[in-house]
Amino acid sequence: MKYLTEFRNGEIAQRMAGEIRQLATRPWKIMEVCGGQTHSIIRNGIDQMLPAGIEMIHGPGCPVCVTPLELIDKALAIAAQPGVIFCSFGDMLRVPGTDGDLFQVKGRGGDVRVVYSPLDAVDLAARNPDKQVVFFGVGFETTAPANAMSVHVARRRGLKNFSLLVSHVLVPPAIEAIMSSPGNHVQAFLAAGHVCSVMGYWEYPPLAEKYGIPIVVTGFEPLDLLDGIRRAVAQLEAGRNEVENAYERVVTFEGNRAAQKLLAEVFEVTDSAWRGIGVIPKSGWRLNAAYRNFDAEERFQISGIHTEESLLCHSGDVLRGAIKPAQCPAFGKECTPRHPLGATMVSSEGACAAYFNYGRFLSAEELAGAGAALSGAAHG
Amino acid sequence: MAEKPNPGASAPDFSNWSCPLPLAGYPTIVMGHGGGGKLGNELVEHLFLPAFRNPALENLGDAAVFDIGSGRLAMSTDSFVVQPLFFPGGSIGELAVNGTVNDLAVSGAVPRFLSASFILEEGFPLAQLAAIAYTMAQAAATAGVHIITGDTKVVERGHGDGCYINTAGVGVLRPEVSVGPHLAQPGDAVLVSGTIGDHGMAIMSVREGLEFESQIRSDCAALNGMIAAVLDAVGTQVHAMRDPTRGGLASTLNEIAAASGVGIEIDETSLPVRPEVQSACELLGLDPVYVANEGKAVFFVAPEAAALVLEILRAHPLGRDAARIGQVTAQHPRMLVARTGMGANRVIPTQIGEQLPRIC
Repeated sequence: MKYLTEFRNGEIAQRMAGEIRQLATRPWKIMEVCGGQTHSIIRNGIDQMLPAGIEMIHGPGCPVCVTPLELIDKALAIAAQPGVIFCSFGDMLRVPGTDGDLFQVKGRGGDVRVVYSPLDAVDLAARNPDKQVVFFGVGFETTAPANAMSVHVARRRGLKNFSLLVSHVLVPPAIEAIMSSPGNHVQAFLAAGHVCSVMGYWEYPPLAEKYGIPIVVTGFEPLDLLDGIRRAVAQLEAGRNEVENAYERVVTFEGNRAAQKLLAEVFEVTDSAWRGIGVIPKSGWRLNAAYRNFDAEERFQISGIHTEESLLCHSGDVLRGAIKPAQCPAFGKECTPRHPLGATMVSSEGACAAYFNYGRFLSAEELAGAGAALSGAAHG
Repeated sequence: MAEKPNPGASAPDFSNWSCPLPLAGYPTIVMGHGGGGKLGNELVEHLFLPAFRNPALENLGDAAVFDIGSGRLAMSTDSFVVQPLFFPGGSIGELAVNGTVNDLAVSGAVPRFLSASFILEEGFPLAQLAAIAYTMAQAAATAGVHIITGDTKVVERGHGDGCYINTAGVGVLRPEVSVGPHLAQPGDAVLVSGTIGDHGMAIMSVREGLEFESQIRSDCAALNGMIAAVLDAVGTQVHAMRDPTRGGLASTLNEIAAASGVGIEIDETSLPVRPEVQSACELLGLDPVYVANEGKAVFFVAPEAAALVLEILRAHPLGRDAARIGQVTAQHPRMLVARTGMGANRVIPTQIGEQLPRIC
C-alpha cells in the first residue's frame, strides 16, 4: 500500500535502530511534541528499539489533553441546552469535565454528534435552520485550517446558526515554554509533521538558534520516527543545532500558503491556557473581530463555571515531560481509560492512555503472570 | 472506480413492489399494525408469511411447535438496531438471521429454527419492511434454518429508529464437539477465517455525517456451513470458536484469554486486513482489530490440526482469506499480546467503549 507499508518495514527499522545505536555515545533526551507521534512510538515499540541512553520524552502535543477544563465545562453546558446540535471530533466526547463528559450529556438528551469535518457541521447548520449548531474546534495548527474554513464558509453562506467553540494552541510557543522552564532536560525536538504540513518550519530556526537545540521535522510512521530520532542523535553527537526536514514527502519550508492565508483572515494570536500547564503567552488562536460573531463563547454566555481538577492527577507533569505516565501515583489505579482522572488518559494520543493501553506499566519480565492484574484493571 | 455510497444499493429493488393484497391502503406502518387487530393480521398474512413460509409457521399459533429430535440443544438471542438499515453488503434483515445462526454455530450447534420479532416505528415504509423480510427469508434459506414464530409491535413516531429486530434461535449440539470460550489450551493455534474489520468500516462509510467514498462491503454471512466443514473433519480438535462481532477481533481474543485463563500471542503482520479497510482505518484513526465483523469466525485448534483446518477454511468460499494469526500460551495469562511489525510486543486490551475517531 503506497505511503503506508513502505514506512512500516521491520527490517529497515531494525537497521535504522542499529545506526542510532552506533551513533549514540552518550545519553540524550529527545522530546516528540506531538501526541500522534507518542501513540505511534508506544504502539510500535519504537522506544524499546532505542539504545538505553536515548530517552523519548512525551510532549504536550495532544489537543484533547491540553484543552482547558473550563472550555470542556463550557462545551458541556452548551451541549446540554435545548435547541443546540453540538458537534465534535470523536475523542473529545469522553474527556472528563468537572461534572461528566459529552457522552453523559448525550445520554441525558443533549444532541451531541461526532463529525469528521467541521464542514459537516456547517452543512448540518444549513439543514437545521431552527437549531443552533456548534462545532468544538480544538487542536493544534493541524486542524485549524478546517476550523477556519468552517466559519469562512458559514459566513459566505449567511448561516446565522453556526458557531465555533474554539481553543487552538500553537507548537512553537510550547517549545519555547518547555525550553525556558526551570529544570528542563529536553535536548532535542521532533517537530510534528502534520503541524508543519500546514505551517511549514520557518518558525523553528530562531528557536534552534536561541536554545541551541536540534529540531527535526518528522512524520508518524515507524520509519519516519526512527529517521527523525537518528538525525537528532547525529546532530546532538556532532554538537549541531539545526532544523532538519525528515518529512519531505509532506512538509515544505513555507508550508501550505493558502491555509496560512485563511488562518490569518479568521484567527488572531492570543494568550492561551493549556490544561495541566497553565497560560502560555501568545500560544493560541481565537476568532478575530471580523469573525467574533461566530464565537460560541460570545453567542452562549455561559457563566458560573467552577472548574475542579482531580487532586490525584499529575497530567500536567506528564505533559511537561517531567514524569513518565507510570510514575503518576494514580496511574492504572484510580486512573484508567475507563475512569480517566485527566485528559492524558482519554485520547489515544494522550501519553497516559498510550502507556496504559499498550501495557506499559509492566516491564517485559512483569508481563508474564501479571495478566490478571491488567485484566482486572481494564475491566474496572 | 469509486462508487457513491448509497445505503439502498444492496437492497432488492422494491420501488415497484406492491403488496399481493393491498394492506388496507396504508403504504407505511401505522399504530394499528401493532394493535392485534385486522391490520396486524394482514401484515403477518400478506407480508411475513409469504416471505418466511414453512409448516411450523403456517399454523400461526401462539407458539410454533416443532420436532427437533434428541440431543442437547443450544439457544441464543440477539437484537439488531443497526443504522442504516441497508448498507453495502447487507441489511438489518440478513444481520438478524446470520447473527443468531453464527452464535449457535460457534457454540458447536447445528442451527435449526429462529424466531423473529420486529419493533417498528410508526411511519416506517411497508416496502422497506417487505425488503427486510425478503432478505431475511433469503438469508434463512442460505443458512438452512426456518423462521417459525415471530411478533410485531409498533412504537410511536420518534420512539424508534425505523425498525429493530430481535431473533432467537435453537440448534442441536453436535455430540462429538466440545467447544467453549473457557476451553482454549496453551499450544492451541489461533485461526481467523478471513479479513477483519469489513463490516464495521462498511457501516461507517455510509453512516450519516461520516460518509466517505469506498467500495468496502460488509462481510455479513452465515458461518454454519463453513464451521460444519471444519467440525466434520476435526471436530474433537477444535477447542473454542467465536464470531468476532462488536468490539472486533481484539475483544473476542481477550474474552477467550480471560475465560480460559490463558495468554494469547498474535503476530500483527499476519492479520488479514483488506487494503481499503486498512486505509479507511488509518484515515479515521481506528484500529481494525477493534472493528466489527459479521461473517468471520476465530478458531482455537490443537496445533497438529491447524494446517488441515486452514486448508478446509481456504477451500470454503467464506474462508478464502483465512490465516493462522497466533497461538495460545501459558505466559501472561488473561492477556492478549501482539508482536508488532517492528519486532516489539504490545498489549492489546479490551476496548473501553466505542472506538473514538481521533482529532488528527
